[in-house]
Amino acid sequence: MIELRIDGLDVQTEKGSSILDVARFYGIEIPTLCHHDGLSPYGACRLCIVEIGEGDKAKLVSSCTYPAEQGLVVRTNSRRVVQARKMLVELLLAMCPSSKTIQDLASAMEVRRVRFKVEHNDCILCGLCVRMCAEQMDAQAIDFVNRGKDRKITTPFDAKSDVCRTCGACMYICPACELRCQGPDAPGDVCGGCANVLPVCLEDEDDKMCFLDPCGWCYKELGRTKNREKK
Amino acid sequence: MNKLKTPSDLEDIIQAISKKSNKQCIVLAIGTCGIARGADKVANALKKELKQQDLESKVDLKITGCHGFCEIEPYLNILPEEIFYIKVQPDDVKEIISKTVVGKKTIERLLYIDPHTKKKIIKEKDIPFYKKQTRNILAYNALIDPQNIEDYFGINGYSSLSKVLTLMTPEEVIEEVKQSGLRGRGGAGFPTGFKWNFCRKAKGNKKYIVCNADEGDPGAYMDRGLLEGNPHSIIEGMIIGAYAIGANEGFIYIRDEYPIAVSTIENAIKQARQYGLLGKNILGFNFDFDITIVRGAGAFVCGEETALISSIEGKKGEPRQRPPFPAQKGLWRKPTNINNVETWANIPIIISKGAMWYAKIGTEKSKGTKIFSLVGKINNTGLVEVPMGLTLKDLVYEIGGGIPKGKSFKAVQTGGPSGGCIPEYLLDTPIDYEKLKEAGSIMGSGGMVIMDENTCMVDVARYFLEFLQDESCGKCLSCREGTKRMTEIVTNITKGHGKKEDLELLEELATVVKDTSMCGLGQTAANPVLSTLRYFREEYEDHILNGKCPAGVCSALVQYLIISEKCVGCELCKKACAQQAISGEKKKPHVIDQNKCIKCGICLETCKVNAIEKR
Repeated sequence: MIELRIDGLDVQTEKGSSILDVARFYGIEIPTLCHHDGLSPYGACRLCIVEIGEGDKAKLVSSCTYPAEQGLVVRTNSRRVVQARKMLVELLLAMCPSSKTIQDLASAMEVRRVRFKVEHNDCILCGLCVRMCAEQMDAQAIDFVNRGKDRKITTPFDAKSDVCRTCGACMYICPACELRCQGPDAPGDVCGGCANVLPVCLEDEDDKMCFLDPCGWCYKELGRTKNREKK
Repeated sequence: MNKLKTPSDLEDIIQAISKKSNKQCIVLAIGTCGIARGADKVANALKKELKQQDLESKVDLKITGCHGFCEIEPYLNILPEEIFYIKVQPDDVKEIISKTVVGKKTIERLLYIDPHTKKKIIKEKDIPFYKKQTRNILAYNALIDPQNIEDYFGINGYSSLSKVLTLMTPEEVIEEVKQSGLRGRGGAGFPTGFKWNFCRKAKGNKKYIVCNADEGDPGAYMDRGLLEGNPHSIIEGMIIGAYAIGANEGFIYIRDEYPIAVSTIENAIKQARQYGLLGKNILGFNFDFDITIVRGAGAFVCGEETALISSIEGKKGEPRQRPPFPAQKGLWRKPTNINNVETWANIPIIISKGAMWYAKIGTEKSKGTKIFSLVGKINNTGLVEVPMGLTLKDLVYEIGGGIPKGKSFKAVQTGGPSGGCIPEYLLDTPIDYEKLKEAGSIMGSGGMVIMDENTCMVDVARYFLEFLQDESCGKCLSCREGTKRMTEIVTNITKGHGKKEDLELLEELATVVKDTSMCGLGQTAANPVLSTLRYFREEYEDHILNGKCPAGVCSALVQYLIISEKCVGCELCKKACAQQAISGEKKKPHVIDQNKCIKCGICLETCKVNAIEKR
């Protein structure tokens, strides 16, 4: 058994698990984008960063790839972590503002602006499709080519692949080419719509169990208006 | 040639070679740098001339690697008289042979002239550039022909290996390296002895060692100098390391852009094998070790150890998460120890002269000497080897000879693209891993790019950022997008489109890139921005607020103007201007049409009365 401390909580885990695994097991939320339970960890989007170590030696690592070690001290929501995550989401938004997943992440982290030139790319290079194709579909039809700013995902030599069965798994898992948010058209690059809707109904409706997704739908449906500050 | 079966065989061959008659010898340095300046043509002329004058049996011609002083290449040294000629051209060869080699007279015009005292210097070792260095490792470059293993035997080569195999246990070797205080010369400065120890103690029946020769920093060529000049010191270091760690397979990962270094090291390995210094039962001991060469395909990121490992494994050169560290799980998930070329080259000398001797050189935490490549706006361009703790000022002014054309020093960029720029007021900083880090830069592998007053620091940041955005592997969002966006912002500033809030954003982004990237490349990618912002913020502000480039580099922010009082109307600039942007009648002041001007600066160069001003 490995013992470590996450956000002040003493936790235990088995050897071989990542910080993200442990945190999730104990119900500590860490945002992720390029992580998927059915695929090997990759550590590309950096959103799951957590702060480890103390004092001068404190550093940020991606929790999905960093192994849980004996005696490790982890902070999943320190100021440094939150600020870095916000910047990362801002970078993602500038790449692909039409993705619902990214807009939702931005909303949750209260990112309200994009200060970079917006690009509307089709791909955020998270590598989910590459791993999906290789690990779950056993095809390896696509992979990354080039490096740095020229990096892209494609088939070998950009030609139609013989091993691709057009199964569509890559499209299924893609967070960028999914349908955009179904709400009203966003006025800008940050629609922020989901951040402005009201919180889970529980507080008001007491024990009414609500499973509607996205949250806040009922308020739209019923035409109710409510303001958090008023409460 | 016989295989050396025992340490005494090696002893015999060393004895035999050092007894060889002291024939007259012409030592000519041909490194990549020398060839670029025509040293190979000089070599051909020398061979031809020696043949013509029938001196082939009396005079040896020894081709060595670069001695370090690249500024004055091609140079040659005539032994035993020790007459040193610089900037030799093929036409000079005839005279050199007849006057100096045969006639024993010096040719005055080929001697080095001390720029300060204006005195002519005959011996290589008396040149101030060399005199002020501590050349523990580089000195051998001037003594040996890298293609010939016997030359290396002649300087007691492989005797450290023999000492280690005969007298020391692996643990003792590691202890010796630990005691010496040697730290990794590749940049990060991890104590070598401790690194070896981790790998030795790691569980596994198979272990590997790797020599990282993927030198990619712009303006850095220390490793190339060693690979081309003294390959056997690296091989000997690796064999000793393999013995200490318990590895019997080694790799040299060398960039393919160094074709001469690749062939030199290939040849050196072949010769070492022929002598039985690589292969099975080295020197008769129960110890096998061999080295394979892997050529890198031109990715800067493959200098990062985990990326280098995937590249050797035949995969895409992309870094991966550490831990597990290579010492635990490296090549093919076996314990692997990776050291830089220079680190390996330090090992034989530590063993032969002892850890105590080595630890006396340098500062408290940084021991030994370090090779730097001094390039940029400096009088004495070349490879220098200095003890740790020497100040940057001494390096730039004493050894480097100061800034050319009487211009003033502005900054020194250390540690390659991931390093930082150190301004003039910090020139008293001693060269030491910790002190350079405090100054916002890094030791890096040893590139030192000197910049003068005519360098725009925003443009420098842009240059390094562009390099990094191309060379980032692109896996981490922070590094790939971060360097791209930083380049975007800085390029905007150099074009005069910068906004006041850009600096804040740039700083914020740079910090995040530094914090959240996985490998060393990303973690240091923000250094060019952070260090220039720290020391030269007013230059950024000048670009943004006043629309001016103080150094006159950023073309969008400069204007070429003709001062009408000075212009004599000679029409030279008018003829030179390819854009036909200059108009004016003969003998009357000319005018530059700013809409047509592309700011190439040719008018400024052609004007003989200094009537053109850059603003």
